[in-house]
Amino acid sequence: MAAPNKKHDKPTTGHSWDGIEEFDNPLPRWWLWIFYACILWSVVYWILYPAWPMVSRATAGVLGYSSRADVDAEMATWDAENQVWYDHLVSTAPDQIAADPELQRFAVNAGASVFRAQCSQCHGAGADGVRMGSGFPNLLDDEWMWGGTMDDIIQTVTYGIRNEEFPDARYSEMPSFGRDELLTADQINEVVQHVLALSGQPHDAALASAGEQVFLDNCASCHGDNGAGDTFVGAPALNNAIWLYGGTEADIRATVTNAHFGIMPGFANRLPEAQIRAVAAYVHQLGGGQ
Amino acid sequence: MSSTDPQDEPEVLYAAREPVFPRRVKGSFRTLKWWLMGLMLGIYYITPWIRWDRGPAMPDQAVLVDLANRRFFFFMVEIWPHEFYFVAGLLIMAGIGLFLFTSALGRVWCGYACPQTVWTDLYILVERWVEGDRNARLRLYRQPWGAEKIRKYGTKWLLWLLIGMATGGAWVFYFTDAPTLLHNLVTLNAHPVAYGTIAVLTGTTFLFGGFFREQVCIYGCPWPRIQAAMMDEDTITISYREWRGEPRGKQRKGEPEGAHGDCIDCMACVNVCPMGIDIRDGQQLACITCGLCIDACNDIMDKIGKPRHLIGYMALTDETRERNGEHPKSVWRHVFRPRTIVYTTLWAGIGLGLLVALFLRTDIDMSISPIRNPTHVVLGDGSVRNAYDIRLRNMYSEPRQFFLTVADDPSITLTMEGVQGQMVTVGPDEQLNQRVYLTASAGTEPAREATSPVRIWVSVTGDTARIYGDTVFNGSGQ
Repeated sequence: MAAPNKKHDKPTTGHSWDGIEEFDNPLPRWWLWIFYACILWSVVYWILYPAWPMVSRATAGVLGYSSRADVDAEMATWDAENQVWYDHLVSTAPDQIAADPELQRFAVNAGASVFRAQCSQCHGAGADGVRMGSGFPNLLDDEWMWGGTMDDIIQTVTYGIRNEEFPDARYSEMPSFGRDELLTADQINEVVQHVLALSGQPHDAALASAGEQVFLDNCASCHGDNGAGDTFVGAPALNNAIWLYGGTEADIRATVTNAHFGIMPGFANRLPEAQIRAVAAYVHQLGGGQ
Repeated sequence: MSSTDPQDEPEVLYAAREPVFPRRVKGSFRTLKWWLMGLMLGIYYITPWIRWDRGPAMPDQAVLVDLANRRFFFFMVEIWPHEFYFVAGLLIMAGIGLFLFTSALGRVWCGYACPQTVWTDLYILVERWVEGDRNARLRLYRQPWGAEKIRKYGTKWLLWLLIGMATGGAWVFYFTDAPTLLHNLVTLNAHPVAYGTIAVLTGTTFLFGGFFREQVCIYGCPWPRIQAAMMDEDTITISYREWRGEPRGKQRKGEPEGAHGDCIDCMACVNVCPMGIDIRDGQQLACITCGLCIDACNDIMDKIGKPRHLIGYMALTDETRERNGEHPKSVWRHVFRPRTIVYTTLWAGIGLGLLVALFLRTDIDMSISPIRNPTHVVLGDGSVRNAYDIRLRNMYSEPRQFFLTVADDPSITLTMEGVQGQMVTVGPDEQLNQRVYLTASAGTEPAREATSPVRIWVSVTGDTARIYGDTVFNGSGQ
C-alpha cells in the first residue's frame, strides 16, 4: 500500500498550507457528465413542471401537472367505484343493512370515516361523548334520548336536534325552573333529592318524598312518573346511571335551575344520503344500537 | 504492482477479468455434480406442479406461497402469518446447516448446491455444446466477428435466454396456482407482475450464469468471507499435495530420475477450473471446492502411472501428518468433532422444537385487542362494559362454530356485536374480526376496580381443542 507516489510531476493548485500542497486534478469525467446531465434535467423540469415560486403560485409548467388534480381524479375514481355501494345503501331499508354482511362492512367502514370527519369533534373519536357530564351524548351506552334504532339515528343525523335550520329537526326545551322562578329554592332542593332517589344515589329521604309531588307536577310530563324518560320529546331517563350533564347533587340542581339546550347540527345539506346512512350504520354497531 | 515499475506509469489497481473457458472433464466428482444438478433442477422445476388435495375451498398445490391470501402451503402443513416463527425457525436451521457443512466439509454448498454454481454449470454445458471444448471456444473468442462467431454466439445466447426464461418462469409458479398461471401466461392474460418477475429473473439468470459467473462468487457473495470464520484446520477442503508434486515439471532426457515431483505441470487442473484459478497455489478465496481439478488430475496421474490424488480432499492437519509419512485421519474423524456435534445438536434441537410446535398447534387461534377509546362504558343500570376486537382464526377447511365464554367470573357476561348468543361462525380457512363485549354487573368487583384480569375461552364445534386469551377488564375505578 505504501507505494511511492508517481504523480509528483502533476501541477498543483499553487496553494501551500504548512508545506502541504494540493494536486490540481480534474474532476472525474463520469462525475462531470452526471453533473451536466443534472443541470440539463433541471432545465427540462422547469419547463415541463411547476417550478419557480411566483407571488401567488408557482409557474405552471407546460404539462399543466398538478398533484391536487391528481388527488381529485383519484377521489373521483374511488367515488365512482363506490357508487354502486352508495346506491345499494340508499335503496336498502335502513334496518336491513346489517342483514347483508358485505353491505354492512362497507357501511361501517365508510361510516367510520364520516364519523371521524364530521362527528368526532363533539362526540369524541371513540364516540363516548368525550366524558360523562360533558353535554355531548355518549353513543356507546344503552340510553338514547331520541331513540337508537337505525331510523331514529338517520333522522337525528339528517336534521339535527333543536336545529332551526330544518323544520323537521326534533325540538324540545326544558324550562329553567330556578332562573325563571317557576319553582322556589325549597322546591328545587326537594326535587333534586327526589331525582337522586330515582337514580338510586344517596339522598335525604324526607326531602325526596316531599319532592315527589313537585316532580309529578313539573317534571313527569316529559320525564315520566318514575323518571324513565321519553324519547319522543328527548327527555333523558333520570332513573339510571347515565347523566348527560352530570349526576351529582350540584349538577342536578344546576340543570333544574338553568336547564340545558343542547343543539346538534343537521347534515342533510352537508352529506349525501348514502353517507348519512353509512354513519348511522357505524354508530348503530358501536354497542348501543337498538 | 511492484514498486519497480517504470516511473511515469500511473499505478493501476484495477485488474480486468480474465475470461475462463473450463475444459470438459470426466470423473467421479463430475458425475456426482451431473446427478446433483439434475436433482436440484428437477426439484426446482417440478415442485410447483405437485398437487395436494386440501378440500374444495383450498388450493391444491403442494407447495404454494400465497401472498395475496397470506398463506404458505407445504404439503400437509399450512402456515398463517401469525405462525411466521416456523419460517424463521427454518431459516435458522438453514443457517446452522450451512455452518455445519462448512465446518465439516468446507464449501460443499458453493461447489455442488449453490444455484449460481448449478446454473453456471448448465450455461457452460450449453456453451460447450454450441462452440466446442476449451480450445475451440478460445479460438472463437479471439477471432474477429464474422458469420461463424455471430451464428455460434447468437445460438448460445438464445439458449441461455431460454434457460433464463424457464428459470424465471418456474419461480412465479410457486406463488399462485401453476396450471392456471401457465395458461394465463401463454394466452397473455397473466398479471403484469408475473411477466415482470419472469423478465427480471430471465435477465439476472442470463447475466449471472452467462457473463458474471465466477465474479459473483469472488466479488459479490458474502459467503466466502463468512466461511473463513467457519472453517478450521480439521475442515476438509481441496488441496494440492505439493510435497509430492514439487518440483513440478516434465521429465526431460538427461535429467536424473527423481529430479521432478509427480506434477508434470500439464495445467489440466487449471484448464478445467470454472473459477479460473490454480489450486497448486494453495486453498484460496476463489476456490468453490467443486472437485473438478481432482477429476482432471486423477485422469493425468492414471495416464502417467502415478498414484491418484495429487490433488484431493484433505484437511490442514492431514498435511503435516502426510509430510511426516503418517496416515491421514479418517474422514469420519474429521467430520465428527465437538464443533460439528454442537452444530448438529443445535440444528436438530430447533428442528425437533419446530416439529413439536407443528403437531401441538391447534386448528383454531385467537388474538384479543381491547378497545382503549374509551376504556369502558357505564350503562344505564350502572353496569360497566368493555369492548374487545377478537380475531378468530379457523384453520379448518370447513366452516366452524366458535363458542366464546368468559372464565370463572359470574359477574361478567359476554355478548357479541351483531350476533345472538355466544356462538359465531367462521368460514373455512378464514379469520373473523369480531367485536365482543364484556359487561360487569353494577357494584361487582370488576365494575368497581380500575383493572381486573380476565380470561376468554374459545372452543369450537366438532373438536375438543380449547384455547384461551388473557386480557384486562377496565372498571370505572370508583
